[in-house]
Amino acid sequence: MKKLISAIIGLLAVCALLAFGAHNLQASSGSNGSKILNLYTWGDYIDPSLLTKFQKQTGYHVNVETFDSNEAMFTKIKQGGTSYDLTVPSDYMIEKMKAAKLLLPLDKKRLTGMQNYDPRFMNLAFDRHNKYSVPYFWGTLGIIYNDKFVQPGSIQHWNQLWQKKYRNQIMLIDSARDVMGFALASNGQSMNTTNPATLLAARNKLNKLSPNVKAVVADEIKMYMIQNEAAIAVDWSGEAAEMLAGNSHLHYVVPTEGSNLWFDNLVIPKTAKHFKAIYAFLNFMSEPQNAAKNAEYIGYATPNQKAKTLLPKAIRNDRQFYPDNRTISHLQIYQDLSPELVGLYNDRYLEFKMHH
Amino acid sequence: MQRKQKLTRNTAYFVPYTLWIVLFVIAPVILLIYQSFFNIDGQFTLGNYQTYFTSSTYLMMTVNSVWYAFLITLATLLISYPTAYLLNETKHPQLWLLLIIMPTWINLLLKAYAFIGIFSQVGIANQFLSFIGIGPKQLLFTNFSFIFVAAYIQIPFMVLPIYNAVSELNPSYVNASRDLGATPWQTFSRVIFPLTLPGVKAGIQAVFIPSLSLFMLTRLIGGNKVITLGTAIEEHFLTTMNWGMGSTIGVVLIIAMVIIMWLTGGSKRRPRKGLTK
Repeated sequence: MKKLISAIIGLLAVCALLAFGAHNLQASSGSNGSKILNLYTWGDYIDPSLLTKFQKQTGYHVNVETFDSNEAMFTKIKQGGTSYDLTVPSDYMIEKMKAAKLLLPLDKKRLTGMQNYDPRFMNLAFDRHNKYSVPYFWGTLGIIYNDKFVQPGSIQHWNQLWQKKYRNQIMLIDSARDVMGFALASNGQSMNTTNPATLLAARNKLNKLSPNVKAVVADEIKMYMIQNEAAIAVDWSGEAAEMLAGNSHLHYVVPTEGSNLWFDNLVIPKTAKHFKAIYAFLNFMSEPQNAAKNAEYIGYATPNQKAKTLLPKAIRNDRQFYPDNRTISHLQIYQDLSPELVGLYNDRYLEFKMHH
Repeated sequence: MQRKQKLTRNTAYFVPYTLWIVLFVIAPVILLIYQSFFNIDGQFTLGNYQTYFTSSTYLMMTVNSVWYAFLITLATLLISYPTAYLLNETKHPQLWLLLIIMPTWINLLLKAYAFIGIFSQVGIANQFLSFIGIGPKQLLFTNFSFIFVAAYIQIPFMVLPIYNAVSELNPSYVNASRDLGATPWQTFSRVIFPLTLPGVKAGIQAVFIPSLSLFMLTRLIGGNKVITLGTAIEEHFLTTMNWGMGSTIGVVLIIAMVIIMWLTGGSKRRPRKGLTK
């Protein structure tokens, strides 16, 4: 009898716990009606305090889900299982999603604050007239160096990476498009070349770089550079910003002869459902003080020129992350290549990695 | 009547097993082989195989993979055999075995990151080298560190089967061999090693095959200075979306594994009963 009673008490306790848990889960996933917005974005790519502010101002609760590559995001949106309202693809992926008819055009009448954006970052080839996308952040591909091992200012160009004195000193980001890209840029070629011979020449040039290459790694590059493991790295500006925050000896350079210019823009995928919330959020993020707060938190460059004027002087005048017009004019945006060409870029890149 | 019931119950026991094998072993392999005959546009082709066997890159990568897998297996074997043998001599072999297996409870990624810390410029290994006066050396991103870490991860899988074989070895054979005047080396090479060979073969299979397609360690510890077929498969499935080519490499790996199984599993003949116990 005693056993039975304790069993019943135990059961009741478990039930109560489950009910409490379910209630909590429901509250946090905001399934209580339509006052929500499902944002699908890169990990740690929005200041959480802005989400609270947005909810206070408008009453919409933002559910954030994250992805770690454009391709993974593409596959998930294409499957269409989840009703994502907004997502943040990069330039070439916007082109690809457009072609796959995964995007809904923006209703310009409902957008306010589009005039806050720098006209240099609007109406670009991957989305003419910003029919589908609102700029979120932009950045570059460049060289990070440690002034303990490299004389400050002595690296300005891609070709300087090939110097003999940097033997076994350079770390590269493990990305076919970017490594092939800087080799192409160093040869004065387009980073979107479709010419197999040009790609072959770029690979041959990279092969000559391999004595200087210490490792080809991914996210770990940040940790290594902060720990002074290597003197030089080739990586994106966003990653560089994080490294610079972790080690005051590091500097970031965008080669003036040309490099990659990338954009992450907010778009409405075809899975969207909560349109009122979407436009409220887009307009909220276009407000200069919000965009500035976000840029300060993330460390990437904001395309919102009114927001930029609100940033501390040290940030907005930082040539590392806001390069001058002349450099920007030499930067190239990746285009969406055909699957065959993506294969070719990757094959050449794999051959370079095989080369010792 | 009762017998019939027992029979159906026995078949019922096989249902989960068969389902598992069909769904998670046979079906994926068939899908992989099927996929390997399609090019990036989804057309049926033998081109993937042609590309593989005519491309010096892929052939080099295959040679690389086999070579590194061989080195890893050799290093693992050289460490594991004496370990397993000595383990059997200790008082509490089960306890020691538990300690050897313990690292497998820890996530592989975590262990790899721990080694990054140990081998880095300011890591413990280099501090020790500086302390004894050799000075810091580049340890990360070398073939040595790659093989070291891979062997470290594989050792438990080699020790277990060898230990089982060694513990089944009847000590009276060793004694008899000594009594009959064999030298220690003769005892080992003529008696102990042949009798524990099944364990060694099982260990080699358990280590060599996964080593062929290591890809995370090649990047984290090898810094992509060591390229194996696993790297190419990852690239084809995640970046180029050329699943056909990725599957082709997968099929080649499966064939390589079958060859290894066949080479190491050669004699299926069980040793005579009297020999084992």
